[in-house]
Amino acid sequence: MTDVTMDQVDVRLTVNGKPYAGRCEPRKLLVDFLREDLGLTGTHAGCEHGICGACTILFNGEAARSCIMFAVQANGAQITTIEGLAKGGELHPLQQAFHEHHALQCGFCTPGMLMAAIDFLNVNPAPTEHEVREAMSAVLCRCTGYQNIVKAILAAAPKMKASS
Amino acid sequence: MTIATETRYVGRPMARREDKRLLTGRGQYIADFTLPRLLHAAFVRSPVAHARIRSVDLARALEAPGVVYALSGPGLAKIVPPVSDSQLSLPAKWKSQIQHKFLNPQQPMLAHDKVRHVGEAIAIVVAESRYAAEDAAELVTVDFDPLPAVVDAEAALKPDSAVLHEQYKTNTIGEFVLRKGDADAAFARARHKLRRRFHHHRYAAIPMETRGVVATYDDRTDSMTIWSSTQVVHWVKREAATMLGIPEARIRSVALDVGGGFGVKGHVYPEDLLIPFVARAVGQPVKWIEDRHEHLISACHSRDQIHDIEVAFDDDGRILAYRDDYIVDCGAWNPIGSGIAYNTAVHLPGPYKFDHFAVHARIAATNKVANAPYRGAGRPEAALVTERVMDLIARELRLEPDEVRRRNMIRADEMPYAMGVPYRDGQPIVYDSGDFPSLLKKALDAVGGVEAFRKRQREARAQGRHLGVGLGCYTEGTGVGPFESATVRVDPSGKIYVTSGACPQGQGMETIFAQIVADLWSVDPSDVVVQLADTSAIAIGFGTMASRSTVTGSAAMHDASRRLQKKVLSIGANLLECAAGDVELRKGGVGIVGVPGAEVSLAKIAHAARPGWDNGRPQGVEAGLEETYYWEPPTVTWSSAVHAAIVEVDIGTGKVTVDKYAIAHDCGTVVNPLLLDGQIVGGAAQGLGGALLEEFNYDAQGQLLTGSLMDYLLPTASDIPEFQLIHQSSPTPLNPLGVKGVGEGGAISPPVVIANAVSDALSPFGAEFNSTPIKPEQIVRAARAGAARR
Repeated sequence: MTDVTMDQVDVRLTVNGKPYAGRCEPRKLLVDFLREDLGLTGTHAGCEHGICGACTILFNGEAARSCIMFAVQANGAQITTIEGLAKGGELHPLQQAFHEHHALQCGFCTPGMLMAAIDFLNVNPAPTEHEVREAMSAVLCRCTGYQNIVKAILAAAPKMKASS
Repeated sequence: MTIATETRYVGRPMARREDKRLLTGRGQYIADFTLPRLLHAAFVRSPVAHARIRSVDLARALEAPGVVYALSGPGLAKIVPPVSDSQLSLPAKWKSQIQHKFLNPQQPMLAHDKVRHVGEAIAIVVAESRYAAEDAAELVTVDFDPLPAVVDAEAALKPDSAVLHEQYKTNTIGEFVLRKGDADAAFARARHKLRRRFHHHRYAAIPMETRGVVATYDDRTDSMTIWSSTQVVHWVKREAATMLGIPEARIRSVALDVGGGFGVKGHVYPEDLLIPFVARAVGQPVKWIEDRHEHLISACHSRDQIHDIEVAFDDDGRILAYRDDYIVDCGAWNPIGSGIAYNTAVHLPGPYKFDHFAVHARIAATNKVANAPYRGAGRPEAALVTERVMDLIARELRLEPDEVRRRNMIRADEMPYAMGVPYRDGQPIVYDSGDFPSLLKKALDAVGGVEAFRKRQREARAQGRHLGVGLGCYTEGTGVGPFESATVRVDPSGKIYVTSGACPQGQGMETIFAQIVADLWSVDPSDVVVQLADTSAIAIGFGTMASRSTVTGSAAMHDASRRLQKKVLSIGANLLECAAGDVELRKGGVGIVGVPGAEVSLAKIAHAARPGWDNGRPQGVEAGLEETYYWEPPTVTWSSAVHAAIVEVDIGTGKVTVDKYAIAHDCGTVVNPLLLDGQIVGGAAQGLGGALLEEFNYDAQGQLLTGSLMDYLLPTASDIPEFQLIHQSSPTPLNPLGVKGVGEGGAISPPVVIANAVSDALSPFGAEFNSTPIKPEQIVRAARAGAARR
């Protein structure tokens, strides 16, 4: 298929509250569009086959893997990425909890971990440790052994509930 | 002159300075890095395990849209002759003591004559986008002449096997013998003997960030800049200089934020050199980001050893003599030579007294991905053998596993303890400090003790449930040489600037080095500027691997600081108009001893130290405030730990559930307890992944069957239990801070702890688990076979 020049398509979407319009090949992955076309490199691609969860974003408010979606599928969508989490230089309570509990080491999975945790806590604002572990099994971390991630999410939950 | 070390920050659980950028999406990993006119590379990788390359046709790829350049292995070999095989770089002191033979095949940047594993790179395609480069790579055709795949390491060593590196006429590319005492005589006398075979399977580091390289060549100055996801920027610089034929001074090698390494990024890969080569050839910057499938089929794997052991012991369970004949399956290449295999040999004794032992190791080349150090680097394999043996002796003599260990352990009052064999630096192994029996007690207490467990186990068995206890003890040589560098400078602002050859991937070195340097200079950590992983900051460095950076980096910073402080104090005294003996470092400056308020700031001292007229230096003191020190450790310092776990095994489904997991650990002086716990837990989680889930499987044709994360199972949050940590601190006398390495330790014990615990749980069935990973089907099979026998 490579001798066929692919037609470009328009993609209009809102990322972190800001409208964007871009053009790309229809096959372009959403993660690549965010990173290359919009310059939002905080969303990471760890496996490019939908397993590791490093590329997790909020897609119309729900956690989704941006490496197994095409950018064109996000046309008209509201997206939140890691860059949209801290407001006015203040860390989000979940980011703050990750810092205090040493819930990140290399930081590569962290954006996906945070976005997945936000969706989870929106759905389940007062989870048990077991529920946190089950939910966070959606994102792989190779550094922390998850222990401090679980602690940070449990610590952030009441603060997020209070601020929502 | 007084230079006292305060410990205001070392030992404190300080949160990390690295976090803010990483938490907000403002970290910069290699994939995030871009340059104007950047081109993108994709590799053509071998679909077969073993074959001669007849020809490579790039024509269709070169015509594909967006493609600017393509190069095949045979094409490259015509431009750059492949590097000839060389001698392994081993210390003369080691070579003179150990009977050994190592062959050292050099992997070319692209395969040109043969391919030796599925995934080996044969050609590179460079295009305007990664999509276009990958499309075009699929259009490259390679004509192969297939050869028999060598997949089994034992079969590889037989005379009738196909040979990977034909110049040697053998697949035995490494062999050595390590002996202590007279094992044969001890065996002849012994009343009890046992023999077993152990297999520690193949798995790997799998950092969440794959490998990646960006390189740009500047024609004007004939210089190259290389950014890569590596643990060893100075090594990259050195090899790139040789390959490109330009001086090291014209090469800058940088690691940005690195998304995990764990050893797999701890040496120079062919791709690290080929991308700079291609960037110079095309005259534009070139980027390569490895995809996950590529990572699984081309970044180094690890472990993969078969041990045939024989142990002689007395009526009390004391080991009298030990023989181990083992094979390391090193895959197609052996980038770190003797490293893993010899690590295994010297870590076999662990915390126990071994008066007589004989080890024979062979390294087998096979048609698999190359084997290189990964967190533990030969030690998990040693622990599997020795710690299973302890349990087997216990079972044979109807003793408890902790009792057999206690009887064999080196006692605290016997430290320092000379092991009677050399480490890989050639120095005699001496356990420098520690208390192993105390670690054993602490770990056992944390899981409730063996006696209480046996009661619980009996009660559970009466209900048809199967619980088991597993122990794993180890010692670990850490902070190995040959050296690490540090430069310390007093900035004109008065801040302390520090750089080193240490090269982080998430350990938090910016934070801990700031803590250490803050104490050395009596300043706040926020007054310490830490710059790492950039060869333009310091010309000579070693890198991060082998649990060494806190040990060797801190010592280099200490000694560089102490030298520089002499000068700072003499200039400070000059400004304060007193004798150098009357001043001390305090409050971010120099003050007169016993006279509060009489201080001069480091900024003023830096100003006074400048070259030129009207400076404030006393006579005879040279200008500038900077010192570089290369710390050469006398030898390694020994960390130690005991892991204890209680598991429940479901014999119907084969599922292993970890009920309790405690780790009693000793790594000397603790710099940052928060980060220390993170290292231990992270390592232990990787170890459990290896114990139960992760596995590289090859079929008989050398095809990797676990080439995606759907097949290669990494542990998730729901697979990993809460680890309970107990700390013990036996500072080492071998470095200024008394620190020992900790990066790898956590990963060493879990495979054998699980093997022991599952064997204990299934002891009524007579089951033994002497290979890893422990898979559900093995458990179900063992339980059924055992039930049928009863």
